[in-house]
Amino acid sequence: MSEIVERKSVPIWIQMVVWLLIAGLLALVASTLSKRQQGSIRPGDTLPDFSLTLFSGYEFEGQSEVSLSDFSGKIVVLNFWASWCKPCEQEAAELEEAWKFYNGDVMFLGADYVDTEPEARTYLKKFQITYPNGPDLRTELSQMFRITGVPETYFIDQQGVLYYVKVGPFVSLDEIKSIIEQKLQ
Amino acid sequence: MKHKKLKFIFILAFLLTIISTQFAYAQDDVPTDDEVNEVAKGLYCPVCENTPLDVCPTEACKQWRDVIRTQLAEGKTKEEIEQYFVDYYGDRVLAEPPRTGLNWLVYILPPAVILLGAVLLFKNFQAWTKPKVAESVSNQERSDVLSSSKGDSSSANKYISQLEEELKKRN
Repeated sequence: MSEIVERKSVPIWIQMVVWLLIAGLLALVASTLSKRQQGSIRPGDTLPDFSLTLFSGYEFEGQSEVSLSDFSGKIVVLNFWASWCKPCEQEAAELEEAWKFYNGDVMFLGADYVDTEPEARTYLKKFQITYPNGPDLRTELSQMFRITGVPETYFIDQQGVLYYVKVGPFVSLDEIKSIIEQKLQ
Repeated sequence: MKHKKLKFIFILAFLLTIISTQFAYAQDDVPTDDEVNEVAKGLYCPVCENTPLDVCPTEACKQWRDVIRTQLAEGKTKEEIEQYFVDYYGDRVLAEPPRTGLNWLVYILPPAVILLGAVLLFKNFQAWTKPKVAESVSNQERSDVLSSSKGDSSSANKYISQLEEELKKRN
């Protein structure tokens, strides 16, 4: 009996459009997922050039924005921190001490993660930090490094290759020095 | 003496008026918690995922609400404050993603899928109801055949009895 009813088939162009839309959507989901699955930047990876806008008063040689490429040939220590982060306070003084110890031979950069400027400035003043510091604008830098939290510190060698990642606060100045010395020798 | 007393009362009243006016102005300048939360509920702090800023208990969120309060006191609108947060922390602080680029998919896809589902459901309902109509028509045809075949040749009777048997089996 069912043969009596003749079903009108959907026009071929509509079928094609629907299939194309589904394929496009799947491709988009796949590309987004693959980007997310890439994980964080790992030691041994050559870093793409990135820039950091600096707080006024914390500029580097008069520049309000610095790039990784500005420091080629130098070890760069990039520290993510925030004024609301209590563990960050444990290492703030040690980082400043290390910056002073290397006296510009090693570049220290502070990226202030998801913070408000007045509180960030209070924090910088409280720990008498003098090395270049700036906000992680639009959280682009932290997203690029895919940080897992603060504090987190990235050590980049003279060729722009990441060679060490420290998750959590440093326990002493010696710990910072020992990581730097690996590439200074 | 009476003059002096009146003068004193007048000056006191004048001073009190000025002080109370100043106090009222000062109160007006400070945005209320409700005004701050009105802006804050449209924002999300990236540190505390899935918690709107107006109810987020962390220190970071408290600082953000203070920024909103300061900016409201400066006379900035809700849109201007939201834009400040987007410029500083990125699009992901917004409760609703901005209607640009791929974000449009968020707004277009769900209604499009619902619409497509409704169309498919409607088509399927139609398909389910059509066979019943066809069956009733065929019953009509069947009775026509039965009535027209009365008194016909034996081959027709044979066909009719066969048909009736088939129908009995079906029932």
